[in-house]
Amino acid sequence: MNFLEIKDVNKTYETKQVLHDISISVPKQSIYGLLGPNGAGKTTLIRILNQITMPDSGQIFLDGKPLSKNDIANIGYLPEERGLYKKMKVSEQAIYLAQLKGMDSKEADKRLRHWFIKFGIQNWWDKKVEELSKGMQQKIQFIVTVIHEPKLLIFDEPFSGFDPINVNLLKNEILELREKGATILFSTHNMASVEELCDNIMLINQGRKILEGRVSDIKQQYKQHKYDVVYKPFDGSDVTRLTVNATNPNDLVRDIIEKGEIVSLNEILPSMNDIFINLVSASNK
Amino acid sequence: MKIGIIIKREYLTRVKKRSFIILTILAPLFFAALMFLPAILMLNSEKFDQKKSIAVCDESTLFVGKFDNTDVNTFIYIDNDINEAKNLVREGVYDGVLYIPRTELNLPVNAEIYSMRQIPMTLSEYINSTMQKTIEHQKLLASGIDPEIVKAAHTTINVQSIRMSEDESVEKKTYSEFEFLLGIVLAMVIYFVIFIFGGQVMRGVIEEKTNRIIEVIVSSVKPFELMMGKIIGIALVGLTQFLLWGVLTLGIYGIVSTFLPVQDVFSTGSVMSEQIVETAANADSEELLTQVFDVIHSINFKAILWCFLFYFIGGYFLYSAMFAAIGAAVDSETDTQQFATPISMLLIIPMVCSTVIANAPDSVLSIWLSMIPFTSPVAMMLRIPFGVPIWQVVVSVALLFATFIVFTWLAGKVYRTGILMYGKKVSWKEIFKWIKY
Repeated sequence: MNFLEIKDVNKTYETKQVLHDISISVPKQSIYGLLGPNGAGKTTLIRILNQITMPDSGQIFLDGKPLSKNDIANIGYLPEERGLYKKMKVSEQAIYLAQLKGMDSKEADKRLRHWFIKFGIQNWWDKKVEELSKGMQQKIQFIVTVIHEPKLLIFDEPFSGFDPINVNLLKNEILELREKGATILFSTHNMASVEELCDNIMLINQGRKILEGRVSDIKQQYKQHKYDVVYKPFDGSDVTRLTVNATNPNDLVRDIIEKGEIVSLNEILPSMNDIFINLVSASNK
Repeated sequence: MKIGIIIKREYLTRVKKRSFIILTILAPLFFAALMFLPAILMLNSEKFDQKKSIAVCDESTLFVGKFDNTDVNTFIYIDNDINEAKNLVREGVYDGVLYIPRTELNLPVNAEIYSMRQIPMTLSEYINSTMQKTIEHQKLLASGIDPEIVKAAHTTINVQSIRMSEDESVEKKTYSEFEFLLGIVLAMVIYFVIFIFGGQVMRGVIEEKTNRIIEVIVSSVKPFELMMGKIIGIALVGLTQFLLWGVLTLGIYGIVSTFLPVQDVFSTGSVMSEQIVETAANADSEELLTQVFDVIHSINFKAILWCFLFYFIGGYFLYSAMFAAIGAAVDSETDTQQFATPISMLLIIPMVCSTVIANAPDSVLSIWLSMIPFTSPVAMMLRIPFGVPIWQVVVSVALLFATFIVFTWLAGKVYRTGILMYGKKVSWKEIFKWIKY
């Protein structure tokens, strides 16, 4: 079942149409990657989902019902351009932002303490944000995004500014949130994390959708029938590695068996990075 | 209500700031010090004044015995030559020497005081006025006029202006000097208050924009709610500050006046000046006191207080909405100038005209400026101590409130677009376009 359904959304700023009939379906409890080069319209789409801006036309359904003001409490949003009040205490700030999402301050306090223990940052409670490093602030920002336990999470470039250890921590948290039932929309340029995390993706360029589907299906679809072959030739020479084009793996195996002993044979699937670059540059022409 | 949460944050973060607490406590102390310190110093002036002995080298012999010795100053008449007298000062026998040279034809009009260290101003003023009186006395005698007649002829005129009304029984004494002063002070206060708190709104908006928290917040609340929450929260900070200032000032006044007889404090001023220039119009202190009470009674403080409150709220909301829109349109505080200046000019106009308005509070200019919503908060404050017809106040306040509602709505539109706009140099044209979105 699809948790988030966007149908034929259009948006024009002044004379520039930034979204053309965008439709996407995000299955419940999945991680959905929103990909595209800078200026493709990702942020506009995300702002429309957050009801910061309104679409000119089109519909959005959340859990089968049209998106409404009440859904603010059901959405958690980590924007790409993010920050906190520098002079405010970490805990006060997090509780304030949770209250704006409709939470009761006592409940927010309780959950915040839980998160602080989980991340081992209890001594930050009374610190001001300006006393924290950038990476620390990002952790707080993550907590603020998820503290009201939203059903839909929107992360815009969540890993920028994190060190590898924190990126890993964050990835695990995102996966855990999905396990617990959250649906995650995830916008990034980091293709490695897309392959690692996303179940489905949509590729958008110049306001138009150019690709949508399961990551595994897309890789199959764009595979170029290349194989990585390692074999030990019968003539006694060294082990040889080859990249071979072949329409049929059986034929390939047959060919190699004649030449030597197969050590390994793998199909080379295109990386999301390659697919991204190829499709975007093709659609820009 | 989410706007309540926003108001609470805006209010508490500011009220808890060290600068707010310091300013709230220090300002009344500062005013109290300004009020009481000179009086306290004067009361204890002997402790600060050094005793001075002045040698008088009077070649004209006109001033012998004219200078009176006081606790502080001693005058010693000497017959020595001025150069010898100077040497005596150098040796430290006297603190100074007053040299009045001989004149052949006319009465002397010049004198010199030689001293190693600066002579106190009060002393030289005393010498000046004593000599002046003596010479005047001499001149009158020379012309055959009895100085007593001149003294008796000296008159102080007091023109009392009384404002009439349709109702014959209501006649009110007015004290336009006091009303003038009160008007100027009130106008200054409202002018600064609007700028200070309006500026806080603008900086608050810029802060949210530059630290990029804005996008998180507008995903939870409407931009308009955020803007209004900020404006209302800061207004409450302002009102809290006024209230605390009032309470603290009264408190300090109460404490000081119990330890210090206020009557003494205020009468010393006139005692001092009498010592210096001995005015002929030696106003009876009791008469003065009743006059002060008269002035105070002639002013309708309750009306002024209410007007101040209404015009503060109206003016503050109008200007802070505009300042909020500016804050949203720019990327940093340094870019605000081109937008803030024209808006500030609107508020400066009545300030520039303040003396003109207070001089003729019922002139056409005054009435117009106190009706136009952008200038009315300041202009009306200038007029209000003189008494303003009720209908004018009602119309002016109604116009002000109607304008601030319209402007808050327009500012909301600019704000909504501006806060999510980064790295773009915004022009006035652009801002008007945002209003139309």
